Amino acid sequence: MVVVVHPTADVDRVFAALADGTRRDIVRRAIAGEEGVTELAAHYPMSFAAVQKHIAVLERAGLVTKERIGRRMVARTNLEGLRVARRLLDRYEELWRGRIDRMTELISHAKENDA
Amino acid sequence: MTVNAVRKDPEALAMTLDAEFDATPERVWQLWADPRQLERWWGPPAYPATVDSHDLRSGGRVEYHMTGPEGDQPRGYWEIDEADPPRWLVFRDGFANDDGTPNSDLPSTESRVRIEEIGEGRTRMSIISIFPSRVAMEQILAMGMEEGLTQAVGQIDAILAEDAVRLA
Repeated sequence: MVVVVHPTADVDRVFAALADGTRRDIVRRAIAGEEGVTELAAHYPMSFAAVQKHIAVLERAGLVTKERIGRRMVARTNLEGLRVARRLLDRYEELWRGRIDRMTELISHAKENDA
Repeated sequence: MTVNAVRKDPEALAMTLDAEFDATPERVWQLWADPRQLERWWGPPAYPATVDSHDLRSGGRVEYHMTGPEGDQPRGYWEIDEADPPRWLVFRDGFANDDGTPNSDLPSTESRVRIEEIGEGRTRMSIISIFPSRVAMEQILAMGMEEGLTQAVGQIDAILAEDAVRLA
């Protein structure tokens, strides 16, 4: 299962991170990568510290990166992180298609030996 | 091509795969029940599997490791929830530590395998795999986020589409 170990662990974090409305909104706003963390925080009816915590969850899931530009800390959405979630099922499908091919081969190989 | 249907349901974090074989259900079951056959199909070519212990009964356990191109040997295990040869198998596939104990930091996958005769000596095998682990899912549900989780998956396409528009 090593083929899916990292994607699976990532996806777990990605889904958990995206399972919150505020965090999804941060991800959407940070696609432009223009707003500083302070400006981002101003959109939400919660403390700056609470918004920072949300951003930290998104960072750990690989969905958002922070970058210092001048005196501002700017948050940017990592689109690659977002695509990981979509790709998991594709990879899993590939893994199983490979397994089915090998199963089919085993069955037909055994038949040839019997013949 | 023996795989004749794959349904991916991102909202349920599930994948269903149907395959047909030119064999009896008993023969298809053997692919799971005989460890020497199992290790010839479970691991991808770059990570061949070796089955270390194998008890494919309800409550039983299968332990395996894989050998990677760099000589790395990740370990895994199945916990067999239900086994009804040759038609039905439910197991959880998880990652193990070097000493064989389950690695609870990583999610496990639940798979349900149904094997049924479809006539003319052919057999259909359907596999439903569910992500993430039930434990992880329960934790998410317990936190009252099930609605959010369902939405989250739908959001990904919306966000990616928005990105495409911005880049255009």
